[in-house]
Amino acid sequence: MTRVFISRDSTALSLGAEQVAKAVEQQANSKGLSAEIVRNGSRGLFWLEPLIEVETSQGRVAYGPVQVEDVASLLDAGMLDGKQHPLFLGNIEEIAYFKNQNRLTFARVGLTDPVNIDDYLAHDGYRGLKNALALQQTEIVKQVTDSGLRGRGGAAFPTGIKWNTVLNAPADQKYIVCNADEGDSGTFSDRMIMEGDPFVLIEGMTIAGLAVGATQGYIYLRVEYPHAKIALNQAIEAAYKNGYLGENIQNSGKTFHLEVRSGAGAYICGEETSLLESLEGKRGLVRFKPPLPAIVGLFGKPTIVNNVISLASIPVILDKGGEYYKNYGMGRSRGTLPLQLAGNIKHPGLFEVAFGMTLRELLYDYGGGSASGRPIRAVQVGGPLGAYLHEGQFDTPLDYEAFAAISAVLGHGGIVVHDDTVNMADMARYAMEFCVEESCGKCTPCRIGSTRGVEVIDRIVEGVQKDKNTVLLRDLCDTMTYGSLCAMGGMTPFPVLSALNHFPEDFGLQSAKA
Amino acid sequence: MSANNEIDYGTPASSSANQVTLEIDGHKVTVNAGSSVMRAAAEAGISIPKLCATDSLDPFGSCRMCLVQIEGARGYPASCTTPVAEGMKVCTQNDKLASIRRGIAELYISDHPLDCLTCAANGDCELQDTVGQVGLREVRYGFEGENHLDSEKDTSNPYFSFDPAKCIVCSRCVRACEEVQGTFALTIDGRGFDSKVSPGQNQPFMESECVSCGACVQACPTATLMEKAVIDNGVPEHSTITTCAYCGVGCSFKAEMKGEQLVRMVPDKNGQANHGHSCVKGRFAFGYATHKDRITTPMVREKISDPWREVSWEEAIGFAANKLKGIQAKYGKDSIGGITSSRCTNEETYLVQKLIRAGFGNNNVDTCARVCHSPTGYGLKSTFGESSGTQTFDSVMQSDVIMVIGANPTDGHPVFGSMMKRRLRQGAKLIVVDPRSIDLVSNSPHVKADYHLKLRPGTNVAVVTALAHVIVTEGLADEKFALERCDVESFGKWKTFVALPEHSPEAVAELTGVPAETMRAAARLYATGGNGAIYYGLGVTEHSQGSTTVIGIANLAMATGNIGRDGVGVNPLRGQNNVQGSCDMGSFPHEFVGYRHVSDSQTRMQFESAWGVTLSSEPGLRIPNMFGAAIDGSFKGLYVQGEDIAQSDPDITHVHHALRELECLVVQDIFLNETAKFAHVFLPGSSFLEKNGTFTNAERRISPVRKVMTPLGGKEDWEVTQDLSNALGYPMNYSHPSEIMDEIAALTPQFAGVSYEKIDEMGSIQWPCNDETPDGTPIMHADHFVRGKGRFMLTEYVATEERTSSKYPLILTTGRILSQYNVGAQTRRTENVAWHEEDRLELHPHDAEVLGISDGDWCGVKSRSGETVLRALITDRMQPGVVYTTFHFPHSGANVITTDNSDWATNCPEYKVTAVHVAKVAQPSAWQQEYQDFSDNQLSLLENRIAVNE
Repeated sequence: MTRVFISRDSTALSLGAEQVAKAVEQQANSKGLSAEIVRNGSRGLFWLEPLIEVETSQGRVAYGPVQVEDVASLLDAGMLDGKQHPLFLGNIEEIAYFKNQNRLTFARVGLTDPVNIDDYLAHDGYRGLKNALALQQTEIVKQVTDSGLRGRGGAAFPTGIKWNTVLNAPADQKYIVCNADEGDSGTFSDRMIMEGDPFVLIEGMTIAGLAVGATQGYIYLRVEYPHAKIALNQAIEAAYKNGYLGENIQNSGKTFHLEVRSGAGAYICGEETSLLESLEGKRGLVRFKPPLPAIVGLFGKPTIVNNVISLASIPVILDKGGEYYKNYGMGRSRGTLPLQLAGNIKHPGLFEVAFGMTLRELLYDYGGGSASGRPIRAVQVGGPLGAYLHEGQFDTPLDYEAFAAISAVLGHGGIVVHDDTVNMADMARYAMEFCVEESCGKCTPCRIGSTRGVEVIDRIVEGVQKDKNTVLLRDLCDTMTYGSLCAMGGMTPFPVLSALNHFPEDFGLQSAKA
Repeated sequence: MSANNEIDYGTPASSSANQVTLEIDGHKVTVNAGSSVMRAAAEAGISIPKLCATDSLDPFGSCRMCLVQIEGARGYPASCTTPVAEGMKVCTQNDKLASIRRGIAELYISDHPLDCLTCAANGDCELQDTVGQVGLREVRYGFEGENHLDSEKDTSNPYFSFDPAKCIVCSRCVRACEEVQGTFALTIDGRGFDSKVSPGQNQPFMESECVSCGACVQACPTATLMEKAVIDNGVPEHSTITTCAYCGVGCSFKAEMKGEQLVRMVPDKNGQANHGHSCVKGRFAFGYATHKDRITTPMVREKISDPWREVSWEEAIGFAANKLKGIQAKYGKDSIGGITSSRCTNEETYLVQKLIRAGFGNNNVDTCARVCHSPTGYGLKSTFGESSGTQTFDSVMQSDVIMVIGANPTDGHPVFGSMMKRRLRQGAKLIVVDPRSIDLVSNSPHVKADYHLKLRPGTNVAVVTALAHVIVTEGLADEKFALERCDVESFGKWKTFVALPEHSPEAVAELTGVPAETMRAAARLYATGGNGAIYYGLGVTEHSQGSTTVIGIANLAMATGNIGRDGVGVNPLRGQNNVQGSCDMGSFPHEFVGYRHVSDSQTRMQFESAWGVTLSSEPGLRIPNMFGAAIDGSFKGLYVQGEDIAQSDPDITHVHHALRELECLVVQDIFLNETAKFAHVFLPGSSFLEKNGTFTNAERRISPVRKVMTPLGGKEDWEVTQDLSNALGYPMNYSHPSEIMDEIAALTPQFAGVSYEKIDEMGSIQWPCNDETPDGTPIMHADHFVRGKGRFMLTEYVATEERTSSKYPLILTTGRILSQYNVGAQTRRTENVAWHEEDRLELHPHDAEVLGISDGDWCGVKSRSGETVLRALITDRMQPGVVYTTFHFPHSGANVITTDNSDWATNCPEYKVTAVHVAKVAQPSAWQQEYQDFSDNQLSLLENRIAVNE
């Protein structure tokens, strides 16, 4: 029976993949064709979704983007045998957008049946865990430290150091918490991996549990990710059934339990301490640090809180070694970063690549420029708290330190593109508004400052005491930057000030630059 | 807030034994490890601006005013949440910090009313102080932006108002409600700019779970949560530390005054019993002290059917003295007696019993402890050697297993209840032995009893002995402790006794109504769960076997080694402010001060020599015997100071009968209470605000009571007793209560080291305080029991004679609630009636259904003693077959129903078990109607009193 791959990924579904899959099944049946439909993850080339891949004797052959009305002609053209058709794309892995990526973390996404553990095992799955089970705890942590992996949630804190802190914190109970409350605008890498290869996250968390002696893990999942929840729970069930979770994992005597918890629908719950509060059943209020969650975390116990991508990168590190992973990247940014291209871009999608590529290469060579065809004017990198970059900054390499040097962040790798019709004063106002909407309300600079920020920007734009209010806006940003309890209020000034500094004309101001 | 500006260290003290030295603004500072940078600075006299931090609450880090710079650290950490570290270098003031703080202050003020001059907190506002401190001069945002200035004020609580327009969302109130009080009535609703303090689920305070303890008001840095008394009267100008006159917790308060007007009572954070916490009674319910019902002129009358006649003090005292002397002349020396008050001070109580023993020449003195904790005195004295609890309140914070028997701390002893809940939230285990599901069982947030032994009233002894049975037969006893510290022979006998099969949980399960497995599990937990502490109340003592249960509890503690250190012990929760003190002060007919028997000739000689009289070696009459003798005709005169026996004592028809038989009843009280309606002489009493003295709380803590206003009647209570004594021919000549205390100290081993100077110096002292323990004794029996070896005593269960029958099928038990206090003479004269304006009959839905009673119906409650009518409150807190009521209102007649059964050892009445019949009725009982007539008549005799100058 011919295997046909049609994605179960939310993006593909939103573009009609479900209907396409049903159409293929029904029409193949009625035509007496033999096809087994596999619902895989997405390859991440969103402009080609819904994508159909067919397993043929010449390898996998892709067609896309497919709509229901195309199905009849595809089947008639011999799609199941990999025959030509106007939507024929050939081997998807040969498309430059895909071919030039470094798919370490996303190696299996789009390739396998996400919830089939045999498929996972057949594609190098659980090799990292197997290695980890043979290692001492300190040796596992050392591999992670050696890999140079830094937190992919956005803060870029060295993962190995965090693990080591938890390892050395004496406690009767420790926890592994996966931050899957992916809330940054224009980001979807966590969702894609949870929908497209949930086992890799489960394996990564299991290894983390072994490394630090935690027997319980929680995935705090964004409530707006229902498909990811289904995939994760299916995979967790399979892992339990096959002895990869629970007591005595693979007869090692080691225990690790894992549960998915739905998030509270608040952006702030993606902040790790707020997440812990929420996971404990309380209001998602930010905790002060210290104590670090690594020492006093979930229910007061030492806890690793890692982002999905950080944890999903662990299996390849334990499989191929920290050195292997470290060989990718530049400077202190090692390994790969799954970038997410969104906004006004011709080729939106997921692009996992080693650190070091420039933004310009990504935007133009792979992203294909703006979707509207107009010049790209501003790019926000790193989510709603990331700075807006102007054209003059597009040659900055994708590297934590290089971005920090221009007062920008890579964050979680979200890239939102705007063409020259954008009004950057609106964007600055939106940044403050976002903070108004999402502030937990605990600290004063964020709670009151964001509301005042919107008002002050409005006054500037309205032309009311422009200079005085511009000074006030800068003072407010200073108060928020240095006074806020967490990055929510502390980083809101990044998009605001970058817009003000690089695009003063949108505020009706002369160049604010000295 | 408190008008008296004391240092707020911002975060709680660290208890670490290790010290850390750091540098703050160039000064070397050494503090306990674990302290915050903010606290370290405050200890060094360096003030860092703050709004969300206060030293009664854990740090929160939200206002961001207290940011500092620390060498080598990134950014500007909040000093309240940053712990000190060795060698740390902190800078608290520089231009950058000043600019951030001003920026934050500017944000605060952009959403705050600019009405400082007319604000109730003007001059007493932390926001005002802090904004001044950081030098904010301009709010550039203007005042046109979004704000909360139009928020509606909530004035539903009778004592404080909540004005969200002034709120800075520091969460101090929310945290106080959680951390300090443990009620969790407050939360922050909404997020971001919409965040606002919300009682319950956006309800008015009075409709929320709020218990009006005042912790939120105390914690509020602005006028958002503000006492209405301050709004009405302005900020107080001076304050005096004194001790609350309500329950046996003995909270320390600052009476904040304007001249002689008490504006508010503020819990004293240095108070060693309450650590700055309070309850609705002590914090707010002081209005009775100046209530219009206060009687401030002495009154006399020949017969109780006569109108009262106001007279001078001299005349009233002379009238009383003549009457009493006349009675003695006619009926003999022993025909008169007196009752001391557990509401009055130690010194006053001492003086009354001295008057009786030395002036009346007999030992006919008793006190209200007769009807509450006399079995505690007997039981603990017999086993441990001292008639008192063994611990400090703070000890509970070291307990691992807490067993609460027949007590309801969250209602009866709320401030201690809050401390206990805090420990329970930290993870201590809880066993509740009570017929009712009190709040601790499962109605307190984040607290749940591990085991609730919901026993049938009257079966305490069987349950306690069954627990002992499990401990002994399962080998869980601490043999080493018992053999070393206790009388070995008694221990052996006791073990054999409790091990008998008839004492097993299985054997008594049906009798007690408690499943055997629950008793077994509870016993195992208490014996093996670490530090085990027992707290008990009147649900233990007010039984026909009250003393036996106390003994059984002492046995449990000794057998498990839970005695003599922090976290363990046997702790009676005393009902009234000075019930421990009144017992200590020789109020019992058989004991001199310090629990020494009157037949002990050595002690008697000591008193005879000090007092210059010959003293009787025969114990005098107990209260119930006085009533009996009055009805018999051999007891004719009674001096009652600050007690309301006509309401509080059981079988009230009998009591009223006795009182009517008296030829002279002298009542000294602040109100014309129920007893005074039977009196011939009324001597105006002074409230706790009008006199000096001391109260002794449930943990033996002697705390100062200080005069903040002139007695309304012109005399402090001790002066009145002294005048009466002099008129009776026994001279007393004290010029200040401190002299009385000096006399007590000279005559009493446990008090030898106590003096007013020492109390002033230490704040309070826990007796015994003498040469051996000059600073007092927080934990008793530490190295050895007071009596030498602890004595085990056998606790044979004997069922009460008060049995249910087809005629009286239900058991009535009684108790009290948070907002009212005992007979209610004080709390009924405050706004606390907003919470509880009548006594209700609580019954289980099942019983209600069978009886056809709906919530709010009038129910006739009839016992073998009498009948009264109460409105029904249907609640599953009760168990089927058991009904409950409170006794805060005289016309409720709860004590019309209670019987004259009493404890075998001490005559403590069996309030907790009365067989009753309940039925739906249409009108008050005959007793209630008669009593209403009598009471109305007495009030009209008061109303129509003949004024002093006529």
